[in-house]
Amino acid sequence: MNMATAPVSGVPLIEGALVEGHWPEWFVASRQRGWEDFQKLPAPAAKDEKWRFSNVRALSLDAFRYPGAVADAAALTARSTGLGESAARFVFGNNRLLSATAPAADLVAAGLVIMTLEEAATKHADLVQKHFMAQEAKLGSAKYAALHRSGPINGVFIRVPKNLEVAQPIEIFHWVEGESSAVFPHTLVVCERHSKATVVDCFRSADGAPAFACGVNDLVVEEGAKLNYVAVQQWSPSSVAFHLNSTIVGRDASCLGMQVNLGGKFVRNENYSRMVSEGARSDMLSVNIASDEQMIDQRTFQDHAKPNATSDLLYQNALTGKGRTVFSGVIRVEPGAHKTDAYQKVRNIVLSDDAEANSMPGLEIEADDVRCTHGATTAQIDDRELFYLEARGIRPDAARQLLVMGFFNTVLDRLPDARLRGHIEGLVEARLTSALRS
Amino acid sequence: MKHLKIDNLHVSIGDREILRGLSLDLPTGQVHAIMGPNGSGKSTLAKVIAGHPDYTVTSGDVLFDGESILEMEPDVRARKGIFLAFQYPSEIPGVTIANFLRAALQARLPEGEELEATEYYAKLYEKMDLLEMPRTFTSRPVNEGFSGGEKKRCEILQMAMLQPTFALLDETDSGLDIDALKIVSHGVNSLRGPDTGMLVITHYQRLLDYIVPDVVHVMVNGRIVESGTKELALKLEAEGYDWANEPEAEAVGA
Repeated sequence: MNMATAPVSGVPLIEGALVEGHWPEWFVASRQRGWEDFQKLPAPAAKDEKWRFSNVRALSLDAFRYPGAVADAAALTARSTGLGESAARFVFGNNRLLSATAPAADLVAAGLVIMTLEEAATKHADLVQKHFMAQEAKLGSAKYAALHRSGPINGVFIRVPKNLEVAQPIEIFHWVEGESSAVFPHTLVVCERHSKATVVDCFRSADGAPAFACGVNDLVVEEGAKLNYVAVQQWSPSSVAFHLNSTIVGRDASCLGMQVNLGGKFVRNENYSRMVSEGARSDMLSVNIASDEQMIDQRTFQDHAKPNATSDLLYQNALTGKGRTVFSGVIRVEPGAHKTDAYQKVRNIVLSDDAEANSMPGLEIEADDVRCTHGATTAQIDDRELFYLEARGIRPDAARQLLVMGFFNTVLDRLPDARLRGHIEGLVEARLTSALRS
Repeated sequence: MKHLKIDNLHVSIGDREILRGLSLDLPTGQVHAIMGPNGSGKSTLAKVIAGHPDYTVTSGDVLFDGESILEMEPDVRARKGIFLAFQYPSEIPGVTIANFLRAALQARLPEGEELEATEYYAKLYEKMDLLEMPRTFTSRPVNEGFSGGEKKRCEILQMAMLQPTFALLDETDSGLDIDALKIVSHGVNSLRGPDTGMLVITHYQRLLDYIVPDVVHVMVNGRIVESGTKELALKLEAEGYDWANEPEAEAVGA
């Protein structure tokens, strides 16, 4: 089963990945289709509505290549400091597993499965095959989803069995190291009925080198289950990254997803959330800092397939330098999805004259008796608030930082776990400090 | 003893002159009250001393213990020991009172030194108790959704934590019912002492029943027109400000 397929030889971006690992037939076939689709699909064009305001010129992938192993796996594992205490911790570097801390024996005995996707593709073939990239990438990046599918991936499969509550977060680190390295992280989470879990993905660069990341996560939250998922993106400031998310929320289930973008030069984030049954709830949150010449381009889709479901999106961006953000979001209410309650809000705080925030909220409603609200605001720091802080002796730089953190706190406050919140807040604050100085 | 000296101060906003040669000497250890009708420039005086950027000082000076502070940024003045209790305090979304005050105290420490958290909270809770503020206040965003009374109490809490040399209380009594007024006054009185000077700006005599001033100044049309003991406030209460209005003076905006 360890086979490389012919068409990809001579493609530095993924060559080398395909001779690694032991993947089952079904995956190899899916990989083949992914590669064909990647070749067939056109590159994004500036005139494409799904790429409006984006920077398609940033998308040349010619220079990137599939990397060799990291120089020092132990050192990167040691640098994978996150929450301190977690239910399990997986550390990947340049697409290879560096270390894994398995969950406690009682959780394993209760049926909790956390393993590499590669291992799960065989051991839990039915579940992985059912949910692995089951949703089509609809928000513009189908070509990059196909590239991801073409096979150079690594990552984690998590199955939280029925009724199990995993108290501590599950942490996953993906490191990239070396000039022009390409990584393809994947996280697949299945929360079975009435289970509960928190998963944190941390994307980090080991050095300042330009890298390419093409990541996908699939989140499946079954009836009555609760999933918190946080992705903290800290790729190097010269990196190009795609992070494509798909969330499926079942009856009376809820998913809180938070994307935190602190790194990268060009970052494309697509978040798709589908409420497939009544009583489903999806909280879609994001905190983004764009400084220097960074672009953070986010597309979202709140898909209400069934009545009585709720989605609540809050994205907040702070921009400085020549930072740019794009938000394009759609709330879609399918015919018959009555009593939908959908909310979408993007808020930008612009801290420099050269920064640019683009917001395109949108609604597609095909049902009656729904409550859908959306809005976008862009503001600068309020002079009265700044004076109030300065009048207490707080220096102007610190005052600005405090006000922007206050702006972000309205999103961070939505995280249900105080320790996780504190950890994320610390990362955001450190990034903001450097962004305000640059 | 230190002095906050205001010397023949002229202040404009745009081309409108609001303070027209105001002089005042506030030593530490004393409480001075400034009373005056609406639009006499009382709030302007407080904001100019604190360094509000909207106002232009056209002549005169403000001296903190002999040193002019007019060229100093507002945060520098505050760290020197000037405190303004705002008439309309700003709401600061997402910034809790605990974080806000910690930042203000941290700013007063030498570089590299960290505020000691246990001591900080002990002091914060002590001052909150003084102002009868529940502990849950510490995790509420500054002034957001506060009632008028809560906002004023929050101002006095900040003053109690920052221990300024000179405190300017701008209409601290406005928007307070009698119970809140008593609590706020109690807080202010507990901060009186030989190392603190206070300038209490008010439209009504009522506040001065609770915060008894050493000196009362009457301000009309951007100038002090009379100064005296606390009995002056009672006279104003009884007779209004008409007697103090200069006939040639025109009305001036706040």
